[in-house]
Amino acid sequence: MAAPVYGLLAEFDSPAELVAATRRVHDAGYRRIDTFSPFPVEEAWEAMHHHDKRLSLIVLLGGLTGMCSGYGLEYWVHTMAYPINVAGKPLNSWPQFIPVTFEMTILFAAISALLGMIVLNGLPMPYHPVFNVERFARASQDKFFLLIESADPKFDRSGTLELLKGLNPNEINEVEP
Amino acid sequence: MDPKPATYPTAPLIEPGHTFESITEKISGVVLSGRQPLFWFVVLGFGMLLTGMLGMAIAWLLLRGVGIWGVNIPVGWGFAIINFVWWIGIGHAGTLISAILLLLKQGWRTSINRFAEAMTIFAVMCAGLFPLVHTGRPWLAAYWLFPYPNSMSIWPQFRSPLIWDVFAVSTYFTVSLIFWYTGLIPDLATLRDRAKNRAAKIIYGMFSLGWRGSGRHWQRYEHIYLLLAGLSTPLVLSVHTVVSFDFSIGIVPGWHTTIFPPYFVAGAIYDGFAMVLTLAIPIRAVYHLEDFITTRHLENMAKVTLATGLIVAYGYTSEVFFGWYSANKYEGFMVWNRMTGPYWYMYWTLIFCNIISPQWLWFKKVRTSPVLLFCVAMIVNVGMWLERFVIVVVSLHRDFVPAAWGMYHGTKWDYMTFFGTIGFFLTMFFLFIRALPMISIFEMRTLAPAAKVPAAEGH
Repeated sequence: MAAPVYGLLAEFDSPAELVAATRRVHDAGYRRIDTFSPFPVEEAWEAMHHHDKRLSLIVLLGGLTGMCSGYGLEYWVHTMAYPINVAGKPLNSWPQFIPVTFEMTILFAAISALLGMIVLNGLPMPYHPVFNVERFARASQDKFFLLIESADPKFDRSGTLELLKGLNPNEINEVEP
Repeated sequence: MDPKPATYPTAPLIEPGHTFESITEKISGVVLSGRQPLFWFVVLGFGMLLTGMLGMAIAWLLLRGVGIWGVNIPVGWGFAIINFVWWIGIGHAGTLISAILLLLKQGWRTSINRFAEAMTIFAVMCAGLFPLVHTGRPWLAAYWLFPYPNSMSIWPQFRSPLIWDVFAVSTYFTVSLIFWYTGLIPDLATLRDRAKNRAAKIIYGMFSLGWRGSGRHWQRYEHIYLLLAGLSTPLVLSVHTVVSFDFSIGIVPGWHTTIFPPYFVAGAIYDGFAMVLTLAIPIRAVYHLEDFITTRHLENMAKVTLATGLIVAYGYTSEVFFGWYSANKYEGFMVWNRMTGPYWYMYWTLIFCNIISPQWLWFKKVRTSPVLLFCVAMIVNVGMWLERFVIVVVSLHRDFVPAAWGMYHGTKWDYMTFFGTIGFFLTMFFLFIRALPMISIFEMRTLAPAAKVPAAEGH
């Protein structure tokens, strides 16, 4: 009995090969798979049928929070905390409160976009089993990788290996956990 | 972000023959090889010298107060606001390139967005310095500018454009930094994986957050990159609009006009593109990046400079027209005083720099010649500084009451502070070139021919 593995990692030369392989693996019923590429390959996450739309909502909520806190701050300051009559304008002179409200909307939306992306991606994660594969350093440079996790219900060490071999990768590595 | 379909021949965005590996090698090599050309040392040294001068000028300002500057009634706004507006305007091209051109699917932005964004951040830093120190007592700025519950129970006045400016500029800085950092994450991972030096590996590793290029991560990444571009686009337009409100909300002739917001935004982009050209042309030559920043890039930037320059020219014309058409004698005098008053040479130099000299960009020969283009860009940089001088000083120095008329000249401390910020900008920019990839590596890879994925059958 060999040591347990985290998964199998196949290396490809081009995004086209990666996408073709991902489609085959997904069609074969594997779901706990992931692709790794040195630049965004839209077809790769489509081949995994991965489309996370939650960030739109997070950014919208962030923006609305910023909008309400911006206007709320101005309203509170100028009608309650420190009311000053300027040129007979009403205390709640809303047209003049728009610029700050607008800027706060953008600020909160942008911060929630970055933080949302980081949190949903589970970053920062300095250690991950795939880094144990020496060739994986090329994933940020010029090579494309497909991972099938051993946690996938269909994972079978020899069967999955055969499937990956049939996809014509440069090489296949076992990923230590 | 595919380049245009080839319906008519266009120059390529990247010279043929490049692979993922050669792109990675070329751009990350500037950072990781540990060798820099002599040019880098010379500019950095010069920049640091001027930064030292800036430190001296600020130290003296804090000791003695704003009396060391040239400002006095009637010209209560001098170099500090001129330099602030000039620097913040320069920043705008970076956001235009990174956000607006992304939304417009302009593939050529890819080679220049990284350092244009860096330019934005450092320019906004230089700009921010002036409002901070212009009172000579920057520690008081805390409760003047920021709404926090202080012990005096007083709050900033949110009806004032100066407070809008604080919010606009600080938001602009933060969002530009977020956008820049987001773009850097995958490239930091590349540097982490390529660095030989252990300390470099750890530092790049920390800032790359453990990025591993997972497809699921890329999907969310691309999602927010687009959202950030969408957020930055109205933001960048709002920033110079708010800066123009600093003037146009006031009643001073020459400031109180409705053309100010669009005219300021166009001026900002004009100046910003000139600055991108000023930086890109020498850097491209010194680091041999002609394969990535091609003649087509220079030409496109020249075209944007020309187009925004024409909008600025329209703004000047409109000011003159309304000086006459408003039938307001103060407005009319303001225009006449600009042209023939004591600062006439400033006005006419400005017209030469901003309206006449960019007309050279109609010629393809000029647009494709780096040397000529650099000269035009430098002239525009000077011209846009003069424009702010004319707007600020020439409008103020002839007050409504002739008894209050006066003249304004910057003192040596004004000039030391101004040139000091140029030095600070150069220092930051050249440290950036040394420490981070100045061209987005991962986006350049998408321009390589092998990056295309053919459409699959049955999917």
